[in-house]
Amino acid sequence: MALDKNGIAKRIAKEVKNGYYVNLGIGIPTLVANFVREDIEVEFQSENGVLGMGPFPFEGEEDPDLINAGKQTITALPGASFFDSAMSFSMIRGQHVHLTILGAMEVAENGDIANWKIPGYMVKGMGGAMDLVASAENIIVAMTHTNKNGDSKLLKKCSLPLTGVGCVKKIVTDLAVLEVTPEGFKLLERAPGVSVETIKQATEGKLIIERDIPEMDI
Amino acid sequence: MINKKVASVEAALSGVEDGMTLMLGGFGLSGIPENSISQLVKLNVKGLTCISNNAGVDGFGLGLLLHKRQIKKMVSSYVGENAEFERQMLSGELEVELIPQGTLAERCRAAQSGFPAFYTPAGYGTEVAEGKETREFNGKMYVLEHAFKADFAFVKAWKGDEAGNLIFKGTARNFNPNMCGAAKITVAEVEELLPVGSLDPNQIHIPGIFVHRIFQGSNYEKRIEQRTVRKK
Repeated sequence: MALDKNGIAKRIAKEVKNGYYVNLGIGIPTLVANFVREDIEVEFQSENGVLGMGPFPFEGEEDPDLINAGKQTITALPGASFFDSAMSFSMIRGQHVHLTILGAMEVAENGDIANWKIPGYMVKGMGGAMDLVASAENIIVAMTHTNKNGDSKLLKKCSLPLTGVGCVKKIVTDLAVLEVTPEGFKLLERAPGVSVETIKQATEGKLIIERDIPEMDI
Repeated sequence: MINKKVASVEAALSGVEDGMTLMLGGFGLSGIPENSISQLVKLNVKGLTCISNNAGVDGFGLGLLLHKRQIKKMVSSYVGENAEFERQMLSGELEVELIPQGTLAERCRAAQSGFPAFYTPAGYGTEVAEGKETREFNGKMYVLEHAFKADFAFVKAWKGDEAGNLIFKGTARNFNPNMCGAAKITVAEVEELLPVGSLDPNQIHIPGIFVHRIFQGSNYEKRIEQRTVRKK
């Protein structure tokens, strides 16, 4: 069965390693923090200016001066720090942040990503996404495999305006885990109970299946 | 001590005219210069170019200026929370330049620091880089981005003193420090304006040299955009 948002987040959490500084995007990526192993040391960065971001505050303890990049009220953990926007992007551009997890509308088989604009219909802006994808060594995309109309979001070529070129390394969807290789999308794992055939049907870009594909361990 | 204190928001915004380019601090509604925005609404100055990461929400922040059609052009990175903004943009009434958030911050800092331009990897290969100079460094492509030029910068700090020294709180810091000294005149509004000597020089985030006018703000609403909590 296809994973729900929490399932995707849970699988991505396994990619978060000891000692990582991690930037989480808005949406599914935000949920990843809930599933990271407690026996490892990890700090979450939010590009509006906090490192060491903690969980949402208890009711009545919300602080308008303490929010994340999604404008949600948050808390700061012991050891946290606040900084200005230029310094925040020094952390990102300077590759001090180890892992970036973000959502996408489309990913192409060469690693191009589109997630900020649908011409003539919706323009929200790129926020920090262009800086993040242009700079990060390690980028994981969290998204559904297909859009609301059932069309594949893993394409030969993005149809929407790009956010970055050739930058996505790994994709975790509700159906599968895939690696972006020079040859195309390499299928690594499938969601529990989801067949390789289902994933093939839902993938427009080139899909590489080299071996028996194991189920995700989540 | 060079005293930067002005008595009122009216005095702080004297000289603001139609057609000017303004920088406004804040991320979402956090750390926005609420008092200066209210005064801009009162002054009813028109044809403004506003450099600000976001465009407020309907009825608050820069949404107030949008509602009165005072803004000709917005320079922002993310504008998704404002229906009036989207309507004006899609209908062509409002000119919008969307740029990556890190580039926005750095274009402020470049203006503050005397750099005319800089190279960044952000936006390479996208429409953001169209028409811009690109260059390869160590096998990677970068885009040339220029420092902003602005007439006024409006920032909001937690504490300040009469010398213009500023201390920010939490993530309300965001773009505010980067905009100080990045325009011809920087106006700082603070929740608490103190006499000189009250702030520990070790704790100052922005030295007063970057601030031209400082005033005691009032009636901060500090609206929360996305109130998210967990259960006890």
